[in-house]
Amino acid sequence: MKIESILATKSLNVITVRPDQSLKDATDLLMEYDIGALIVVDDLGQPVGIISERDIVREAARAETILSQTVDRVMTKDLIIGSPEDDLSAVLQTMIARHFRHLPIVDQERLIGVISIRDVLKVQLDEYKGEVDTLQTQIIEGQD
Amino acid sequence: MELVGTDNAIPLRVAIVGSGPAAFYAADRLLKQAGLKVEIDMFERFPTPYGLVRTGVAPDHQKIKSVTKKFAEIASNPRFRFYGLVEFGKDIVVSDLREHYHQILYATGAQADKRIGIPGEELKGIHAANEFIGWYNGHPDYRDCQFDLFQERVAIVGMGNVAVDVARILCLTPDELAVTDIASHALGALSQSRIKEVYLLGRRGPAQAAFTNPEIKELGNLADADIFVLPDEAQLDDSSRAALDASDDRVTRQKVEILQGYASRKPAGRTRQLSIRFMVSPVDFLGNTTGQVVAMRLVKNALYQTEAGTLKSKATDRVEELPTDLVFRSVGYRGTPLPEVPFNERWGVILNEKGRVVDPESQQPVVGEYCSGWIKRGPTGVIGTNKLDSVETVNCMLVDLAHGSILRPSEPAGSKAEHLVRKRQPNYFSFADWLRLDAMEVKIGRAQGRPREKFTRVEDMLAALGR
Repeated sequence: MKIESILATKSLNVITVRPDQSLKDATDLLMEYDIGALIVVDDLGQPVGIISERDIVREAARAETILSQTVDRVMTKDLIIGSPEDDLSAVLQTMIARHFRHLPIVDQERLIGVISIRDVLKVQLDEYKGEVDTLQTQIIEGQD
Repeated sequence: MELVGTDNAIPLRVAIVGSGPAAFYAADRLLKQAGLKVEIDMFERFPTPYGLVRTGVAPDHQKIKSVTKKFAEIASNPRFRFYGLVEFGKDIVVSDLREHYHQILYATGAQADKRIGIPGEELKGIHAANEFIGWYNGHPDYRDCQFDLFQERVAIVGMGNVAVDVARILCLTPDELAVTDIASHALGALSQSRIKEVYLLGRRGPAQAAFTNPEIKELGNLADADIFVLPDEAQLDDSSRAALDASDDRVTRQKVEILQGYASRKPAGRTRQLSIRFMVSPVDFLGNTTGQVVAMRLVKNALYQTEAGTLKSKATDRVEELPTDLVFRSVGYRGTPLPEVPFNERWGVILNEKGRVVDPESQQPVVGEYCSGWIKRGPTGVIGTNKLDSVETVNCMLVDLAHGSILRPSEPAGSKAEHLVRKRQPNYFSFADWLRLDAMEVKIGRAQGRPREKFTRVEDMLAALGR
């Protein structure tokens, strides 16, 4: 299964923030859209980083007055980017191995979505549950 | 109006377009809601229900089709009605449904095939795998397709279960086919088949093949076909080996073991040869002077790892020519747009968010319209995957109902909808009509030692019921 099967049922809106916006702006966006991370984009809309709720909490533990700081001071700049054709199982393995939970998806040099580890796990869990259900149905209904 | 769906008010009226697994699972979920007064009308463009369970699941996989017993049980609920032979966009349109229902659910599947996109794809003898599958399964749309089974070499491009189904059906003996519910016209043609060599072609390696283990295991147990895997193609490249070693993916490990087992098998001199080829992609098809395909050029691939961890294929400079007279492509499927329903061209699905249809302009949900199954998420998963998918959509429908975000039909009575259907399609099939047809198919089939003998033309179905 590929990333595109997750993107097919997600909003077309990718919530982003600019590097020079404040952490207060970023926090407001996370709250407003009830999401765990924002993709940081430059003026051309190209992803240059990612900032998660965990990044903000970590920074808050270091300094009490962080909300006036800008996003680029806290964001992760070493960004891993996925494509719609990436395999879900491979992506999950990479997310676990490299300890990240959100993956921006770029297609033809355009940011088209973000998937979370929760999205990936849900699809995989549904796949396994679907297989179990199919097999159980065959056992129960297949008895003549 | 706020009381729609509760005991003291008018029932929630739901129209479901399509009658495959996603449609029936959604109906079941709605009908099982405690305290919800709901009536469901299911519209299907053919007289027969069950979508791909009838016209897609392989005829030699009868156990998988046993899920229809569950669907028939759902249909027996007095709050459920089936309107077969009623085509959305022709006999009924969105505005009709909006006048008669509070909620509309589209579950029309995804059966349009993707093209490979290489030169020569228009040559005679190159077909979409889903046409062949529809043909041998008695799908009325493909009843009159022609496949030249007098050729000796056939190649199937793709490595999913659909491709495996095609390969297996081409390799089964007439005796093996004769005890299935394969359509009679296909049984006759396949019994005369002169095909000797079947090639399954995949662009990546054994660890990335999309087919599932039971399906690939089955190919090794065919009565009159030897299976071949080239030993060097059965070996994992370094990247695949490293990825597999780093994971606890026992399913893929088992898949690789099965394929490597095939690579070490000695041929038993059976009539047909089924070769599974890995790490190859067709780059063009070659034809003769009559425009008939006679060969394809294959490029050998290597794998590389993307940033996110996927092993993708890239072409090397090694090219070989594979003689073939018949080709089936099975490289992916997409949904077909429905009239006046927002469509996401990029993914080939209805534009949606977790099953709520989304307006492309405002990017807000379209009130009262939903989707489920392959037309929602694309063609992935097994039959049971659609149950969870439909649960997600129905949960959205119930939340919206609770918030009063439903359509306000001017004619929300079941009798009014029936009147409309009778006016537009007087020959419509009720579920009772289908059960009569079903009983006839089973009776005729059993007399021949088969599970059923399918009616494959709509006019024959009508005639069978005296219409």
